[in-house]
Amino acid sequence: MFRSINNNQGELITIYFEGRALNVPKDHNVATALLEAGISSFRQTALNNESRGPYCMMGVCFDCLININGLDNQQSCTIQVSDGMKIRRQVINTSGKNE
Amino acid sequence: MNSTEYDIIIIGAGPAGMSAAALADHHKASVLILDENCAPGGQIYRAIEKNQKGDNEWLGQSHQEGLPLVEAFRRSRVNYQHSTKVWHLSSAKVVHYSVNGKSHSAQGKQILVATGAQERPFPLLGWTLNGVMSAGAAQILLKESGVVCEDAVFVGTGPLLYLIAHQYISAGIPIKAIIDTTPRGNYLRALRYSFGALKNAKSILQGWCWKREIIKSGTLYISNIGDVRINGSDSVASVEYCQKGKWKNLNCKHVFLHQGVAPELNTSLSAGCDKSWNERQACWTIDVDQYGQSSVEGISVAGDASSIAGGVAAAQRGSIAALNMLYTLNLISSSDREALSKPFKKKLSKEMNARPFIDALFKPHLRYRVPQDSRTIVCRCEEVTLAQIKESINVGCKGPSQLKSFTRCGMGPCQGRLCGLSVTEILTKELGVREEQVGYYNIRPPIKPVTLAELASLDGS
Amino acid sequence: MNNFDTIVIGGGLIGASVAYGLSRSGQRVAMFDEGDNAIRAARGNFGLIWVQGKGVNSPAYAAWTRKSAQQWPDFSKELTELTGIDLAFEQNGGFDFCLNNDEYTSRQALMEKMAADSSGEFSFEMLNNHELKKILPEVGPSVTGASFSKLDGHINPLLLLKALHKAFKQLGGMVLSEAVVDLNYADKTFKVNTNSQTHESGKVVLAAGFSNKTLAPKVGLSVPVYPQRGEILVTEKIKPFLRHPTGLVRQTHEGGLMLGDSHEDVGFDEGTNMNEIQQIAKRAIAIFPCLENVKMIRAWGSLRVLTKDGLPIYDHSNSCPGAYAFSSHSGVTLSTVHALDIASCIARDDLLPSSLTCFSAKRFDV
Ligand SMILES: Cc1cc2nc3c(=O)[nH]c(=O)nc-3n(C[C@H](O)[C@H](O)[C@H](O)COP(=O)(O)OP(=O)(O)OC[C@H]3O[C@@H](n4cnc5c(N)ncnc54)[C@H](O)[C@@H]3O)c2cc1C
Ligand code: FES
Repeated sequence: MFRSINNNQGELITIYFEGRALNVPKDHNVATALLEAGISSFRQTALNNESRGPYCMMGVCFDCLININGLDNQQSCTIQVSDGMKIRRQVINTSGKNE
Repeated sequence: MNSTEYDIIIIGAGPAGMSAAALADHHKASVLILDENCAPGGQIYRAIEKNQKGDNEWLGQSHQEGLPLVEAFRRSRVNYQHSTKVWHLSSAKVVHYSVNGKSHSAQGKQILVATGAQERPFPLLGWTLNGVMSAGAAQILLKESGVVCEDAVFVGTGPLLYLIAHQYISAGIPIKAIIDTTPRGNYLRALRYSFGALKNAKSILQGWCWKREIIKSGTLYISNIGDVRINGSDSVASVEYCQKGKWKNLNCKHVFLHQGVAPELNTSLSAGCDKSWNERQACWTIDVDQYGQSSVEGISVAGDASSIAGGVAAAQRGSIAALNMLYTLNLISSSDREALSKPFKKKLSKEMNARPFIDALFKPHLRYRVPQDSRTIVCRCEEVTLAQIKESINVGCKGPSQLKSFTRCGMGPCQGRLCGLSVTEILTKELGVREEQVGYYNIRPPIKPVTLAELASLDGS
Repeated sequence: MNNFDTIVIGGGLIGASVAYGLSRSGQRVAMFDEGDNAIRAARGNFGLIWVQGKGVNSPAYAAWTRKSAQQWPDFSKELTELTGIDLAFEQNGGFDFCLNNDEYTSRQALMEKMAADSSGEFSFEMLNNHELKKILPEVGPSVTGASFSKLDGHINPLLLLKALHKAFKQLGGMVLSEAVVDLNYADKTFKVNTNSQTHESGKVVLAAGFSNKTLAPKVGLSVPVYPQRGEILVTEKIKPFLRHPTGLVRQTHEGGLMLGDSHEDVGFDEGTNMNEIQQIAKRAIAIFPCLENVKMIRAWGSLRVLTKDGLPIYDHSNSCPGAYAFSSHSGVTLSTVHALDIASCIARDDLLPSSLTCFSAKRFDV
């Protein structure tokens, strides 16, 4: 389980994951905020529908892609949370396209 | 294209970039420095200003060594753009970058690539499961957000792995186990270099101290293992390791992997810089002369972006590169360049003395660089397995470019950063040739993915 | 005795198609494929099977293109059955957009001419913005309209190349990964030299892209071709939104987009040009505004093999019977005629059919 080691997390704001409200420190990036809330599956891969979540946290691996405010493919470890942000698990299923 | 001109454009504000920027500014060069992070420090000194205030002893001594660097950098008058993504560097020294969704370009008379290192790929069976992250990621969560993970299993080798585990233990965070994959033979091989290493005993001793304290803390410490893999369907269920021919199971939800770092190649390669295979570090390094000048005129590469030598060395190499660029720009004389670079060279050579020892000790075993199990995913983005790569080799694939066309391996958004090294080494092994013959992906722009709107918004054209 | 009936020089889309077709006809074939980094148009290919607009001034080329497109469904099935590789083949018609009224009227005239020259075999539709939006709702307001031809389709060009190589090997073909440095003909035998070895055959097919230019004269042929760069952008994967291929944008089977239609004469420079990339991005957003936030992850310039009149070269040698040379920049569209029609003709030791004589390079000897 991820958790904060600071007793005082500073100012909190509200973001929504799949409609669920989460109060998170305003300095966090999206990936960190979700991990701390116990969310580890950020998306499903396009080809094999595998579940994926953040791996590198430094903007290199692109496994933390997620839908933020209606836009797919947002690199959540590089985007700061903002109040009212609506986040959804990303599902880009292309594998069935030609069948 | 009309773009702003600078004497020196620096990509990356880690120790290499910051040192170079401050020094170049001191000698009256106009400097633009671009960095993706929201604050200076690079990887080693990430969020250092933020952590300065709190009570963060767990970050350790070396983290604090960065403070003077950042302070000097902050005092300089360089144009520092944070949260800025550089997505193109041309051999004509034009840099394209984007801030807040808008693109800009700038022309440098000299360019310094100081984009640092990234963690090596660690292609184990199960490394794409939810709950598996790199140990560097664990450290970033800790440094940047004060977020930790209890009861995780750390797997791998390298000073950074011990450092992070040590930081966890100092902060009182329980670790379920450390599975050390350092090959047993490495200790003997490293001994050969111990004489040189003694000249920089401090850095060697520090590693030992971390390790000793980790073991002393009572954390389960597993070494001399033959193989390791991660089980689970969507998320991690357990780590399995093979010891003396027997597989043992360790239930857990989180795994942190690490087996060393390697240079960020994409920026230098996309500008056309030459590279060579470095057998000692088992990775590609960018060819530079003693001043950091690459094979492309006017483009220098310093710090871990050229070859791995650590944060202290990066700061020295950044300064030396800056002095050479200043000389090329006619802002200092050649004798100034020599005189001023002396102290940096001295400190650098002390750092480099320990390098062969560290490299030999922590060189990851081939079996963890070239996966054994054919089901292992090699390219995470395009979900390409070792089996698919082998099949392509059977159809006649001779190199990374062809492999890309046959399997899409390396074609995803990470642009080969998490599979490139593995692919070079897999092909080398399968084809029975040298790494130099196999080569690396052809790196093409953009260096980082960029939206069509950002491309369309390019100013001045 | 010759080691091979035929040696094919070049393992790109043309060479691999002909080589596959030859081994399919029971020939003993070797195919020379250069190393990993050869300048190769096949890799930079857009993956279009494209009929509309092809051969406006050459009814023979238009007919040849049409024939190939018509053969594609069966050919794709055949390759997939043989190799197990799904080529992501789709042929449900393609759109080519017009961004202003002038473009729209001149496009219409062009299409009408093609239809008139085709003795009823080519049909098209012109759609205005309103009609277009019913099929492609994401089209933006700055699109005047588009032409549509139902023969147009697309395929994954990389998988096609892989499938051709695999099928060729499965049928007993041999791939030699070496560059051919010399070639000569004596006593009804062709000798093909690389730096390390010599192979002999009764026939030889030159399908070596730009190298055809230097190899052809050695067997009494000439192939005057020059490179033209086309810029291609590839994006990250997005939800399927575009089922039809278009002249500027196509969504691949895997979800990524390919964008591009630039033409530049730059010699042998495979680099990328930022202005061109910017123009392509602008056009793509003008046509589909929803693509604004989609990220480009790669861009490259690839070289098309072009002739002065834009038409392909199909030639056989009179002085060295059994030598053939082919050059074309539509290796995907024409893959079926290369594998089926051309290859069976070579397998029978025939000269090329008279319908192709107009594509001899002799047309440039003036
Ligand atoms: C995850 C991680 C954690 C590490 N932690 C430690 C540690 O705790 N202690 C330690 O001694 N060593 C650590 N290292 C090793 C350490 O990073 C290096 O030795 C040292 O930072 C090298 O300094 P540098 O200046 O060469 O590069 P870095 O410090 O890595 O700085 C490079 C900078 O370039 C930026 N950059 C890269 N590409 C672009 C681009 N396209 N556009 C804009 N900016 C870009 C990066 O954001 C970064 O800020 C770590 C390495 C990694 C990968
Ligand atoms: S976690 Fe790797 S890019 Fe975000």
